[in-house]
Amino acid sequence: MTDHIPSASLAAYTAGEPGLDDAAVWAVEVHLENCAECRARMAGLAPPPVLALLDDVQVMIDRGVRSGPGPVRRRTWRRLAHRWAVWSVVPWLTLVFSAVLAAFLLDREFPQRPSLVLLLAPVAPLAGLAIAWSRRSDPAWEITVGTSRAGLELLLRRTVVVLATVLPPLAWAGWLLEMSPALWLLPSLAFTAATLLLGGLIGVARAATLLSAGWLLAVALPAVLTSNLPVVVRPSSVPVWAAAALIGAVLAVLRAGDHRRFN
Amino acid sequence: MVRMVSAAELKPTTYAWPVEIAGLRVKAGRHLAVDDLDLRLGNGVHGLLGPNGAGKTTLMRALSTVHRPSGGQLRLLGEEATNGRVLRPLRRRLGYLPQHFGFYPRFTVREYVEYMAWLREMPKTAIPGAVQRAVERVGLTSRADSRLKALSGGMLRRVGIAQAIVNDPDLLLLDEPTVGLDPEQRVEFRALLRELGAESCVVVSTHLVEDVVAACSNVVLVNEGRLVWQGLPAELIERGEHGGTGDSPAERGYTSFLTSHRSAS
Repeated sequence: MTDHIPSASLAAYTAGEPGLDDAAVWAVEVHLENCAECRARMAGLAPPPVLALLDDVQVMIDRGVRSGPGPVRRRTWRRLAHRWAVWSVVPWLTLVFSAVLAAFLLDREFPQRPSLVLLLAPVAPLAGLAIAWSRRSDPAWEITVGTSRAGLELLLRRTVVVLATVLPPLAWAGWLLEMSPALWLLPSLAFTAATLLLGGLIGVARAATLLSAGWLLAVALPAVLTSNLPVVVRPSSVPVWAAAALIGAVLAVLRAGDHRRFN
Repeated sequence: MVRMVSAAELKPTTYAWPVEIAGLRVKAGRHLAVDDLDLRLGNGVHGLLGPNGAGKTTLMRALSTVHRPSGGQLRLLGEEATNGRVLRPLRRRLGYLPQHFGFYPRFTVREYVEYMAWLREMPKTAIPGAVQRAVERVGLTSRADSRLKALSGGMLRRVGIAQAIVNDPDLLLLDEPTVGLDPEQRVEFRALLRELGAESCVVVSTHLVEDVVAACSNVVLVNEGRLVWQGLPAELIERGEHGGTGDSPAERGYTSFLTSHRSAS
């Protein structure tokens, strides 16, 4: 783009001559917005009183900027945090931390009994997931679910935050108890993937409740009552959990559209 | 003054009606709140009137794609809204203010509207300008950096309107938008509605007949989930000059239509 505003038009515009119609004014202003050279030419055409006035205004603006309040602090972290999580999940995560800590202390105290950390690990992230995607815990839920970003993408962001906060205490407990990470990590990931997959059909909160209740009643409770470590949390089951986590994650992504449907 | 050409004017329109409803049924819990509703709405401001429990809010939730219809046809902006594949692009073109406006108390006005713009997948570079315009349009420029918990009910309602219009929606849905606004703000809001309705389809659910008469180009009267009457505000007023109960001709027209419908059904 090499065309510039003709000198006559620029002079007429600068002088505010009434002869210029709206279309010509519009064309000049659009060009000036993008052309530093023409802006400099226009400055040269301005009569001395206008230039003096502009200088005065510039001085006053500079003075106002210096003496006025500072710019509003941009709370970027808060905006970013809300793109990934809802605050209401914090009390639930505190509860999960407490449960993991209690399980760790009991495991250390009674090493001959089935590991409560292993029994708790699969369902540890599910409470956080249920809260992270629930109309009761998100004040802006009704607006949020009607937006284009609602669906698996937003749910995955919140899932990442839940996992990032739930898995470290499990890792810490597992490390101190000298467990293989695969024993607690893979069941956690498999149940998380299953919750996302099932959540697309019946809702994430319902899916989390259903899977948690099923695991606790069918596996954890009998294990505690009988003092036998169930086969599903023994090292031999690791390949099955790995396959379940992988298949669940792939299916959850393939069924992403389920989360965009009406709620 | 140079007139700006909006994106909405340049965009090709491939549909005749922004809202096309045929035999729509929507449940609220186990109750059928919208029952066999037929409705077509073009560009302009449409006032959705009806008594409490008429199904207005349930209909607004269905229009905003928050609530899944249990039957019938729902076409929004030319797209079949019950088709999950079109929901994402469709939702980018919607704006919605629910009846119960939820917000994050520690957010500032600007942060909240920015967040809603992000949720609607606006281009990153367009968000600051769009947020500024939306906040200006609802008259909250001076409070843009105030936290939401420090605002009055009327101001919060205006924040709700700002978040709904931040993406220049083609279909704007406002459920009870004037609740909490003082008389002066309501007058300003009506002017904003008329401005928005010039380029898009705006549906305003309200129980305030005077708001509808002052700001809307079309009145939709529903009761028990069914369409009672649809027409011009002037026709509502005219009806009120021949009967009904209320303080104004429009209110009398409203009650007259409702009474006729109830006695007929």
